[in-house]
Amino acid sequence: MSDTIKDTKTIRPGGVDTLDPEKIKKELLSRYPAKVARKRSNQIMVNKKDDTGKTPVMGANVRTVPGIITQRGCSYAGCKGVILGPTRDIVNITHGPIGCGFYSWLTRRNQTRTASDADDNYMPYCFSTDMQDKDIVFGGEKKLKAAVQEAYDIFKPKAISIFSTCPVGLIGDDVHAVASEMKEKLGINVFGFSCEGYKGVSQSAGHHIANNGIFKNVVGKDDSIKEADYKINLLGEYNIGGDGFEIDRILDDCGISVVSTYSGNSTYDQFANSHTADLNTVMCHRSINYVADMMEIKYGIPWIKINFIGGKSTAKSLRKIAGYFGEEEFIQRVEAVIEAEMPEVERVRLEVKKRCEGKVAMIFVGGSRAHHYQELFKEIGMRTISAGYEFAHRDDYEGRRVIPDIKIDADSRNIEELKIEKDDDKYRSRKTEAELAALKAKGFEFKDYKGMSVDMENDALLIDDISQYETEQLLKLYKPDLYCAGIKEKYAIQKSGIPMKQLHSYDSGGPYAGFKGAVNFYREIDRLVNSKVWDYLEAPWQTNPELSAKYGWE
Amino acid sequence: MLLRHTNKEIKPRKALTVNPAKTCQPIGAMYASLGIHNCLPHSHGSQGCCAYHRSALTRHYREPVMAATSSFTEGSSVFGGQANLVQAINTIFTTYEPDIIAVHTTCLSETIGDDVNQIAIKAVKDGKVPDGKHVIHASTPSYVGSHVTGFSNMTKAMAMYFSKSTGTPNGKFNIIPGYVEPSDMAEIKRLVKEMDINPILFPDTSNVLNGPMTGKYKMYPDGGVTAEELTATGDSIGTIALGAMASADAARALDTKWKVPCQVQDLPIGLAATDRFIDALRKAAGVSVPDSITRERGQLLDIITDMHQYFYGKKVALAGDPDHLIPLVEFLLSIDMMPVHIVTGTPGQDFEKRIREMTAHLPYTVNVKAAGDLFQLHQWIKNEPVDLLMANTYGKYMAKDDDIPFVRIGFPILDRVGHSYFPTVCYKGGMRLLEKILDVLLDRLDRDAPEESFELVL
Repeated sequence: MSDTIKDTKTIRPGGVDTLDPEKIKKELLSRYPAKVARKRSNQIMVNKKDDTGKTPVMGANVRTVPGIITQRGCSYAGCKGVILGPTRDIVNITHGPIGCGFYSWLTRRNQTRTASDADDNYMPYCFSTDMQDKDIVFGGEKKLKAAVQEAYDIFKPKAISIFSTCPVGLIGDDVHAVASEMKEKLGINVFGFSCEGYKGVSQSAGHHIANNGIFKNVVGKDDSIKEADYKINLLGEYNIGGDGFEIDRILDDCGISVVSTYSGNSTYDQFANSHTADLNTVMCHRSINYVADMMEIKYGIPWIKINFIGGKSTAKSLRKIAGYFGEEEFIQRVEAVIEAEMPEVERVRLEVKKRCEGKVAMIFVGGSRAHHYQELFKEIGMRTISAGYEFAHRDDYEGRRVIPDIKIDADSRNIEELKIEKDDDKYRSRKTEAELAALKAKGFEFKDYKGMSVDMENDALLIDDISQYETEQLLKLYKPDLYCAGIKEKYAIQKSGIPMKQLHSYDSGGPYAGFKGAVNFYREIDRLVNSKVWDYLEAPWQTNPELSAKYGWE
Repeated sequence: MLLRHTNKEIKPRKALTVNPAKTCQPIGAMYASLGIHNCLPHSHGSQGCCAYHRSALTRHYREPVMAATSSFTEGSSVFGGQANLVQAINTIFTTYEPDIIAVHTTCLSETIGDDVNQIAIKAVKDGKVPDGKHVIHASTPSYVGSHVTGFSNMTKAMAMYFSKSTGTPNGKFNIIPGYVEPSDMAEIKRLVKEMDINPILFPDTSNVLNGPMTGKYKMYPDGGVTAEELTATGDSIGTIALGAMASADAARALDTKWKVPCQVQDLPIGLAATDRFIDALRKAAGVSVPDSITRERGQLLDIITDMHQYFYGKKVALAGDPDHLIPLVEFLLSIDMMPVHIVTGTPGQDFEKRIREMTAHLPYTVNVKAAGDLFQLHQWIKNEPVDLLMANTYGKYMAKDDDIPFVRIGFPILDRVGHSYFPTVCYKGGMRLLEKILDVLLDRLDRDAPEESFELVL
């Protein structure tokens, strides 16, 4: 589209390292109106790490300029689609016109597995009040109430939740009042979410609203203690493409018991009981770190950051969990699992590495995957030279140490922060002060995440909320061997002749988490970056347009 | 079972839609806008609308679908979206350089009452619209009609904004192809040209959403109706609108404004509807039908006679858009299949009436519902099983649970390719539809045949 850069060869004569990232940044901003360029310049950073691991301040979690073609979605998408989408036994009713419910229906590849057909599974269903103009004019509460009643009469679910779309907030429908009235009437849990699409600046606001709602309305309702060892919650794992199943398989082999997953392959009862776990492990820091914090304050569950993307990361995360519980026999069992799994991972990794070494990737997705997947690329010798998040906050780039410095702006202030206090009845210290101190002394890090930037090379380009225009410029300037983003970006990149991997939906692939996932991913990347397809872009008459020819038998 | 909570017992529902058979207006408007050359669609609403529509269209077409958004925040929802839209127009023309921005509204901007016309005028006054560039717009509240309505509104908007009459007829013929695939638009254009008629087809997503792989990305692909062509629609000799719901409004508006005579035909799906389309074209343009087209017709009929025994008496359930279902049901009836359950999510009385008239001669009463949903269709199927299901990709959950041969039609198709490259309209499209139906029916016959009657020749 843009032709500001006429000849990419003159800019990248000897590989990506000869490019000056500051110049590239200028180039990315050159086409924008001045005001837009100023705003975007706070979200495009050339990475510089100092000795303490400090990295540039990223202007993350700020509004997208109208007219920019952004990757971002809305609060409703984050709430209903991302967080509650993977829970199978709650009837999720979208209160609004039909579109929002329709688009969030089965499109995120969340997998779920029930023990039998007798178990509830509403994930293949889409429930909506399908608001019409008269509902907008006269209010939709009556229709919502009737919809909840009908859902109950037909399906008899154990819980019903209600998701607000844009017009609901504007016309003043009180979904929470309807929810509590129907909860009273039906005798099942009914709760609402004010996740109107205009709230916040991205999906992230919706994650927060969803998690707050689950924390307020469901967590702590079932105090029964599961009889099992090494009970953990897995937070921020959404079982896309079966990632959660692979993680569960490994944890099960290790003898680790998962009380609840937020929220891949999850159920209402798991959430209700999740406060009984002894450790919270956080996979996607962005979407759920605050839940871990709240559970620690209210119920005394410590939390650690883990990452099951990549063979080595998986092993490291398992060792971290084992180290927390600290029993020698358990540690040995975890080591045995790692020892049994790693040879196959290593075999494929080394085979694939031969063909991928030295290639470069770019990743622009989500709130954690842009970071986590760099690990997998590293394992097969590929560098990630530019990356950014779609909806992350500063701490996801710069680490949790910047949290106290993050300014709360008007858009964040509208998202409810729950005031959490210690629950005197249900609070239970999982470790004594002495035990915690001993763990910390051994280098064990609780509630810490150092962010993506520090793990990236100096001079790498960090770009938050990347636009379509910037994407096209990056492709022209850097000609990466692989570009990772989402479905909306996919085909513009592919049409440019550059292999593209979706890291939201995995392009129908996966699982990519855990040991088997790493193997799947290595092979997938091998397929993509070494595909023969790209050799056929030009027809023979385009490569050699001369008209001279000779007959075959001459 | 995937849809394990769906049973035979049908309870009345007034408020709850379960498994919709429609989606909302803006996506139809976005799709129509993509059929204008050098045009960037713009969604005046929250970011999520634009993200959802782009994702759904991208998954269906597997092609780049670019569109911008006004990125409403809570503040703009309270104070109005004017500032957002004016800024968006400036950003888009500066950064993405389209010739045209096609703005559609959403439930959000409609509920707060943004006047897009006035905002567009302000953008021009403020100098945000460069000379020779255009901002067109359609009002597409999500709480009225369906995606088909949105397509219709944007199609009418493009005709109304651009069309002019110079008083001198240009000898061209306006064809409004309806909410169909790019492959269908190309096929309609091919047949019209084959009849020596010079068409202005709008919108036209062929060569936009079924483009080639070249290694070079074009934000504005080669296809799409041009602003010049849209301008010329006021000088055309006539308009044929295909599909009453998606296309009639634009055709009638041109008739009212510039006295371009119009007629509304069914989408040319199947033998009889294509016959009517070709015949109407012939008469309106005063041309004779070339033998090549009569030959295509004969080929379609030939397949029907060859394979009639496999179609005869087979019961069919269908879900889709009204404009598609009406000629499709007619087509199935013409080959002696038996449509028994028919659902569209799009509201409107005419649909049920047309289907009832068409099926009045049958020895049974069909189940038909406008503003229905797939849950209802599935319950009907549970009560009276069928031999074939035709629906968009969401139908596959029913097909798997109840082991029904399944043919994908309509929007969205998220799990198969081909639909954007090969037509289902006109005679060739009819042949393709029959091939698809036969494939699933005969695969089933083969699968279920006992070994002694497993046949080499069918």
